[in-house]
Amino acid sequence: MSAELNATSASVAGAAGAAANRTGATAGGTASTLQPILGSPISRFFSDGWVTTWRNLMKIIRVPEILLFTMIQPIMFVLLFTYVFGAAIEIPGDGYESFLMAGIFAQTVVFGSTYSGSAMAQDLKDGIIDRFRTLPMSGAAVLVGRTNGDLAINALSMVVMMATGFLVGWRVNSSPLEFFAGVALLLLFAYAFSWVMAFLGMAVKSPEVINNASFLILFPLTFISNAFVPTEELPTPLRIFSEWNPVSALVQSARELFGNVPPGAIVGDAWTAQNPFATVLIGVAVMLLVFVPLSIRKFATLSR
Amino acid sequence: MAFIEARDLVKTYTPKGAPVVRALDGLDLDVAQGTVTALLGPNGAGKTTTVKVLTTLIQPDSGTATIDDVDVLRDPDRVRRMIGASGQYAAVDENLTGFENLMMVGKLYHLGAKVAKQRARELIEMFDLVDAANRPVKGFSGGMRRRIDLAGALVINPPVLFLDEPTTGLDPRSRLALWDIIESLVSGGTTVLLTTQYLEEADRLADAISVIDNGRVIAKGTADELKASVGGQRVAVTLVSERDAVPLRDIMSRFGAGAPVEGGGGRTWVVPVDNGPVALSAIVGAAAEQNIALHDAGMRRPTLDDVFLQLTGHAAEQADETEGEAA
Repeated sequence: MSAELNATSASVAGAAGAAANRTGATAGGTASTLQPILGSPISRFFSDGWVTTWRNLMKIIRVPEILLFTMIQPIMFVLLFTYVFGAAIEIPGDGYESFLMAGIFAQTVVFGSTYSGSAMAQDLKDGIIDRFRTLPMSGAAVLVGRTNGDLAINALSMVVMMATGFLVGWRVNSSPLEFFAGVALLLLFAYAFSWVMAFLGMAVKSPEVINNASFLILFPLTFISNAFVPTEELPTPLRIFSEWNPVSALVQSARELFGNVPPGAIVGDAWTAQNPFATVLIGVAVMLLVFVPLSIRKFATLSR
Repeated sequence: MAFIEARDLVKTYTPKGAPVVRALDGLDLDVAQGTVTALLGPNGAGKTTTVKVLTTLIQPDSGTATIDDVDVLRDPDRVRRMIGASGQYAAVDENLTGFENLMMVGKLYHLGAKVAKQRARELIEMFDLVDAANRPVKGFSGGMRRRIDLAGALVINPPVLFLDEPTTGLDPRSRLALWDIIESLVSGGTTVLLTTQYLEEADRLADAISVIDNGRVIAKGTADELKASVGGQRVAVTLVSERDAVPLRDIMSRFGAGAPVEGGGGRTWVVPVDNGPVALSAIVGAAAEQNIALHDAGMRRPTLDDVFLQLTGHAAEQADETEGEAA
């Protein structure tokens, strides 16, 4: 340690001179400040958005736990639900595995979106947000990079889940176009939800609190829905909650797009249950319109 | 006009269920171009808050601040293009390598990919991080993280550098090494504003010192001026055993020109005196008469510690840990 540090201090002045020859810069010269390439604000926004997205992708690659959790959890859910509940729940038509998959997809991507909450809180705690905020970069781009990171994780989870689902007997009974529309709808909903979580992460400022809180909110939201069981036999209060639950609308939309709606399924009376696509799109629009500006404003006034 | 100028900065916080904290309470600051100015004060004095205002991280409730005539509050983006900032905690991405961290900062300064990479390589060499360049920061020591963080602040060769407690938490050897690095950097003409709670750090690095307490500047000047303002010589006596502290204090009060104060460790006591040699021999003589064993005794000129003690009524490193939470 000592030899290394002494070498450092002795070499700084010399290396600064050497550096000067290459960039016309010295270590602290005021005359030689490096100047930015001033593109349009839009090109700078995309450049910043890409750099912060890259940073979050590197995290996925370098932290094996994230990757492992991202892959293992969906596989576990598919297998558990198929073989544990599948035996007990009667679904007409293709059976429980077909009914289940849209529910598992929806639950997994919604949970995947909570990374944005804990990651923003963690970055804030580590001081790296303060670093970003002293740079002449777009604050919104930091949030775009973060939510893009969730999108990447969710896309990866979807692929793994679909492969696992295929192995246990899940089949898509619709056109390729409808299939991709279903995948896009799931990812879009989760992406919008990432902005909600990013905002909460910045507001709460504690990665641990945001993790625990999201479980408390998301378990009821995903389980009191049509994700895992048909809702018509639920007790009335739960059935009504489930019909108005946007996660139910998401699951119903995905089921319809994948051609996995069981024959003779009963649809609830609530407007949201009758119009699942409109409900999902309105939900996405509301989340984005409210939480994108709110998050950007929050970021601009953040400091640890 | 000074290169960095702050006038009447006020910033208040209201912690939950607690009275209002005035983190900045009418703070004024002038930093001349090409000089190193140290903000010296205990934790919670307002040092970090001052740096946060000047680096565009927080908006004050009132007051003005300019850097090279650019309004920090109205034109933060222009300010961000000319400053480098290194904080109290190394703000580096744990999962990126040293090289990737520096390259990312360069890209976010919009230097372009080519220049950003080239500059990252130069800084890696300058800071002797070649061995660590391609390993994720996660495995680095505290001193190495701090160096990467400091290197990150230097990516554009900024004309103004803010260093918030750059050596807090470092072992003495790393601290000395970092001082050398900072000194060789400022010799190039960079204007530096540095906060510290270590008096020797301000003494060694700073051309000018502003002593801050309770959100205001309570004294400013060069280290020598501040020491002279406290005036006079001092006699410092170190005991062999703490048990003799009470009789020693009595003796020192008798021959000194003021009250003796504890100078560290419980065994050293310092008292201002009018005539150094006379007072010294009188104190040593009286101690010998009472069979008080002395480890060391001598005259000394006032230190910044004495300045601090006199100005604030408390020692520099007595911390009331409020600033971190309030800020």
